[in-house]
Amino acid sequence: MANITWKMEDGSEISADVKDGLNLMEAATANNVPHIEGVCGGCLSCATCHVFVDPEWLARTGEIDDIEDTMLDMTDVEREDNSRLSCQIIVAPELDGLLLYVPEPE
Amino acid sequence: MSTPVIIVGAGQAAASFISRHKSLGNSAPLLLIGAEPYPPYQRPPLSKKYLLGELARERLFIRPPQWYVDQGVATRFETRITEIRRADKQVITDNGEVIDYDKLILCTGSHARRLPAELGGNLPGVYTLRSIADIDRMAPEFQAGRKLLVVGGGYIGLEAAAAARQLGLEVTLLEMAERILQRVAAAETSRYFRELHAGHGVDLRESARISRLIEDAGKVCGAELESGEIIAADLVLVGIGGSPNIELALAAGLDCDNGIRVNQICQTSEPEIYAAGDCSNFSRGGQRIRLESVQNAADQGDLIARVLAGEDVRYNALPWFWSDQYDCKLQIVGLNQGHDHCVIRPGASASSLSVWYYRGARLLAIDAINEPKSYAFGRKIIEAGKNPAPELAADPATDLKALALG
Repeated sequence: MANITWKMEDGSEISADVKDGLNLMEAATANNVPHIEGVCGGCLSCATCHVFVDPEWLARTGEIDDIEDTMLDMTDVEREDNSRLSCQIIVAPELDGLLLYVPEPE
Repeated sequence: MSTPVIIVGAGQAAASFISRHKSLGNSAPLLLIGAEPYPPYQRPPLSKKYLLGELARERLFIRPPQWYVDQGVATRFETRITEIRRADKQVITDNGEVIDYDKLILCTGSHARRLPAELGGNLPGVYTLRSIADIDRMAPEFQAGRKLLVVGGGYIGLEAAAAARQLGLEVTLLEMAERILQRVAAAETSRYFRELHAGHGVDLRESARISRLIEDAGKVCGAELESGEIIAADLVLVGIGGSPNIELALAAGLDCDNGIRVNQICQTSEPEIYAAGDCSNFSRGGQRIRLESVQNAADQGDLIARVLAGEDVRYNALPWFWSDQYDCKLQIVGLNQGHDHCVIRPGASASSLSVWYYRGARLLAIDAINEPKSYAFGRKIIEAGKNPAPELAADPATDLKALALG
């Protein structure tokens, strides 16, 4: 279990306790986080679950593989150094307190 | 409470419509009616991780059941609509209830075609694959060492064959056309998947026509081919395509032709009724088409929510698909229908490549096999209306990222 916080551009926040083993795209859609869609179900084909990870937490979210790296080039909001696809981050106890910023397409 | 927008059919299109309707802040009340006992769920994993037992049922759900409650969306599952009364703007449920609608969204999907009963298509042990219930019925039969016969070399059949091999079944796959994926892909893509499956021990037969399924003790035990050969099987999976669920729409007098005909805002011939997903027939590039895909269901559902919220939008989404078999990832962007030639772009490794489909100078579609760069940047290239010369696309030295973003 880990407590995850999603922060919107207007400063509002959604926090939720998420079970270990789920990915953060599933956690976001279950908790009604806006702008995170996950149309492909987490198989790295849609790039609709883009988040910015708080830099303090980035290293703890794991490595970006080649496919995710490529898909991050086709997100609606342009990628930054702390971009991840949330479907590729699996919840574990060490992510308790994780802070994510949600990009909002125009 | 005012009269609801009723969504008939609880699949991907319904989930997408509801999500967008809510995120746009539209206060019109919603009633979701579905025939299955589940909220909208993802179908693609059914023939892959769910069949393999790697994904719990709840993780298929696009939103958890509580989300609909929290969002104030009324739901009725295990409920079928038996009639639409257009003049009265009412639907009738299978237990006789009459419900008024303000707008009606038909997301009735498609169903798997079966082999005709006279060929043994209804024998016990013969399955089709479309729903959770289908998998729950067949999964106990997927035991190592048993013999599976797959009828049909399309994506569903190939994915199920892959899952079955991973579970240790002996698999024979029959395709009646000259090659697997003939209707949907170029010869090079067919060749790749033929070799992939052969390498994993699937006995894959093309130009193989079934004359009938045969039975023993009231259960299927194999198939007889037109050549006279008998292929033994403990179970048979039929993956020969899908047909749109249009009976309701037809009975209501809506225009139908290979699906429920809709205009550019997914409106049927009755202005108060919309249709989205597998059941809809729409115009793209001057041709009427119907797509069975997550992308199309999601994007059409999303579009209808925008239309109901008053946005001035037209359906013009770029199609995309995917298929995972063993550890191979196929990603497709665009529609290759009407292509007159294609070129092969070698991939970064021996097991990767992409097929670029052209009509004249126009790039129509790309099959990217273990080649996400061709898919991701190809999608940008097609979206931007760029048409790189075929020899440029085929040259592995061409920087696709520069081409896409430049």
